[in-house]
Amino acid sequence: MKAQMDILVIDDEPVITRAVQKVCAAEGLSVDIEEGGAAGLSRLKSASYRLIICDLMMPGVGGGEFLAEAARMGVRTPVIIATGYATLENAVISLSHGAIDFIPKPFTAEELLAAVRRAISCDRLKQECETAPPGALPPSCAPCPPLYYRLGSLSWAKVESEGSVVVGAGGLFLEAIEPIKTIELMKPGEETLQGAPCAAAISAAGDRHPVLCPISGRIAEVNTRAAADPALSVKDPYLEGWLYRLLPTNLQAELGHLTASGGGTP
Amino acid sequence: MKENWLKNIWLSTGTGFKLTLVVCATALLTISIFAYVNIRTHSASLLAEVERHANQLSESVRLSTEYDMLLNHRERLHESIRRVGNQRSIQRIRVMNKTGMIIYSSDAAEIGRMVDQKGESCYMCHAAGRPLERLEIKDRTRVYRPGPGASRILGTITPIYNAPSCWTAACHAHPKEKVVLGVLDVTMPLAEVDKDIRRGQLEIAVFALSAILALSLITGFFVRRLVAAPVAELVEATRRIAGGELGHTIPERADDELGLLAKSFNNMTHKLSEARLQLVQSDKLASLGRLAAGVAHEINNPLTGVLTYSSFLLKHTQDRPDLQEDLKIIVREAIRSREIVKSLLDFARQSVPRKAEADINSIIGHTEAVINSQLALNKVKVVRELDPSLPKVKADASQLEQVFMNLFVNAADAIGPAGGVITVSSSVLKLPPSAVAQVRKALCPKRHSLIDAGTPIAGKPSVRLKVTGGGAEGFLHLSALYGAGGQLCNLPSGAAGPDKFACPECGTSLNNKGVPCPACGGPTYAFEAPPWGLLEGCAVKGCGWQRWQGADDAGHLEFVELRVSDTGCGIEQENLQKIFEPFYSTKGQKGTGLGLAVIWGIIDNHGGTISVESKVGAGTTFIIRLPVSA
Repeated sequence: MKAQMDILVIDDEPVITRAVQKVCAAEGLSVDIEEGGAAGLSRLKSASYRLIICDLMMPGVGGGEFLAEAARMGVRTPVIIATGYATLENAVISLSHGAIDFIPKPFTAEELLAAVRRAISCDRLKQECETAPPGALPPSCAPCPPLYYRLGSLSWAKVESEGSVVVGAGGLFLEAIEPIKTIELMKPGEETLQGAPCAAAISAAGDRHPVLCPISGRIAEVNTRAAADPALSVKDPYLEGWLYRLLPTNLQAELGHLTASGGGTP
Repeated sequence: MKENWLKNIWLSTGTGFKLTLVVCATALLTISIFAYVNIRTHSASLLAEVERHANQLSESVRLSTEYDMLLNHRERLHESIRRVGNQRSIQRIRVMNKTGMIIYSSDAAEIGRMVDQKGESCYMCHAAGRPLERLEIKDRTRVYRPGPGASRILGTITPIYNAPSCWTAACHAHPKEKVVLGVLDVTMPLAEVDKDIRRGQLEIAVFALSAILALSLITGFFVRRLVAAPVAELVEATRRIAGGELGHTIPERADDELGLLAKSFNNMTHKLSEARLQLVQSDKLASLGRLAAGVAHEINNPLTGVLTYSSFLLKHTQDRPDLQEDLKIIVREAIRSREIVKSLLDFARQSVPRKAEADINSIIGHTEAVINSQLALNKVKVVRELDPSLPKVKADASQLEQVFMNLFVNAADAIGPAGGVITVSSSVLKLPPSAVAQVRKALCPKRHSLIDAGTPIAGKPSVRLKVTGGGAEGFLHLSALYGAGGQLCNLPSGAAGPDKFACPECGTSLNNKGVPCPACGGPTYAFEAPPWGLLEGCAVKGCGWQRWQGADDAGHLEFVELRVSDTGCGIEQENLQKIFEPFYSTKGQKGTGLGLAVIWGIIDNHGGTISVESKVGAGTTFIIRLPVSA
């Protein structure tokens, strides 16, 4: 029988792991600490967790290898990748390798807790979708349509015939934050980078959840309906609830970092 | 072997020396020929003069004695010949009869002696064996030297012909058949003439030699001054520049070819040093990028500690308002540090800033509030001269805050412990379109692009038109800077200016029909230059009139100009251009040398410019211009 703890934090910097432990413990979450990927993997053999927070750049087994090895071991615990802004591209790639979310360092206590809560509730929703009887699927289990590209379950991009790209937040991502008070959007003409926050969903509790942009580009159009009514994006995240129309700057290379949607559950 | 040796010497000497040598050799040759011909002419004319004189004298003697001969007055004849022959310029006068016997002579001792027909005085007539009966005037004289070392002598033979009075006279001394009765032989010494000739030769030779010498010296002097010295300067400059001293310039003396060469050489080295600077700059930026990535990675973990703990404390001490204020500042500044690390990475990967409508005055105000207590400690007073009507600028507020923070800290450092004043001002600047408008797109009626990046003018892609003028076809390249007048045309230089314009791709005419140039009346072209519509212009050389109505109508382009001045120590002129380079620092160990390079990158990313003015001891002013409509 594996011991059930809430969170496993893996980072080679003690100051990070202690800080995460302190912040999470104050919210009533139990936290285990490991200082390397290999130690973390062996810990997973004897204990199970609701969430793992793993650094991307570590000596020995890094975040990427950790993800691959955990998947091979059949570990289904969601993993949040924490990394510096310098390795944005690696973070984006880690999302396509099964990480549930990505949190850029340095982060505040609020940002960390928002990501933790979002990941836990997102994982719960995923399990509900898998276990629910086929006829009684909750609306948040609506699949990401075919020909869409996903940045994990956080956001999506759809290439239009003219070469522009429509982007929006993922259904599960929004559902996990519910209820959403407002969605903060950027303005037309502004530029955004793949993996950088391009919008923020503010929950009723006041938590700020950044929407990471799936594609770099200049914003050509903003969905004013979604800005005015956050519920629209939650209800129909993949069609009516889109956020931006972008003029991409590096589309082909960036699509390779995303997951092509087969129409299944995100 | 010897030839090679000469060749080596020739190759190893300087151009100036060679040029001088060639000029001298030419002078030597021409002046020598001239002198030689001159000497010969001079000698010949002197001799001819003596000859003429001798012939005249002989004739006079013959005529004056003829009557005495006819009357056979031998004594009188004798006396006449003796008197005439005693003149200094005459050596001797004698009369010989047909048999060669000397009948009369100014030298009485000779009379009655026989002359050998092979002798010098008989040679002319008797050379052919049979005596000549007629002797031309020019053949009557001869020049000979009586003995070795003696001076030359000129002799004139005048034949005494038989005349009717000779055979009809009472004495009947001469039969009628005889043609020549005898000869009159006058000889004159040439010592004086020879002396004249020698003096003339000497004079000409001296003149020739001094002319050659003077010509050589003058040529040498001017070649040295006009060719050798400037060339030596060029050689020295190339050597220095090859050695890496790119700032070296050659004094531009004159407007001749060498002056032009010096000018273009200076221009070239200037361009070279600019290019190198840019290369070094981009190289440094690349290393800066690597460094920034490393720094960002290293600094992220401690910063995460600060940010997480402080935000955690802030959240859990809401019952302690005394702590809340301080904690808020810690969290805010930690987040600002995070933004700085991010922008450093953005700068390193040349990413675009996150721009939004920003009020520069409030950014300045906010920055000043953050740093004010520190400035006050250093006895630095901040004077704000902000224009309240300043338009908003699309900018990344966080990055601009960093720019002002950096400039304030630099200014405070420059002011030092004695204290001083930082003046920060903002104002609106309007620049006319002709000063800044640039043609970025140019289209023919069939939407072909006329922009030619391959032939840049003043560093910017030019506009290319196909032109016809004077029957020849060619291309006209126009400067992309509106109204700058820069153009290149490869029509033959002799041909008339272009009068037909067309698209180089489809040949559609670009002639601005019915619109002569308002400045010079010449033919004009017109093409569409988005976003400001039709651009018209004149291709007449020296006119270069252009009208871009849309750009003119768009009015002045607006910039926000921001100045940060201090009363600090100032920056030396030679260091001014270096201060924006990465890793350049005047603060020694205190600074990283990255601050101004980062600022430069931020302003550049905003489409703006930053420049600096400074006076040592008086202070430094940084001037930032940000476009309002960007």
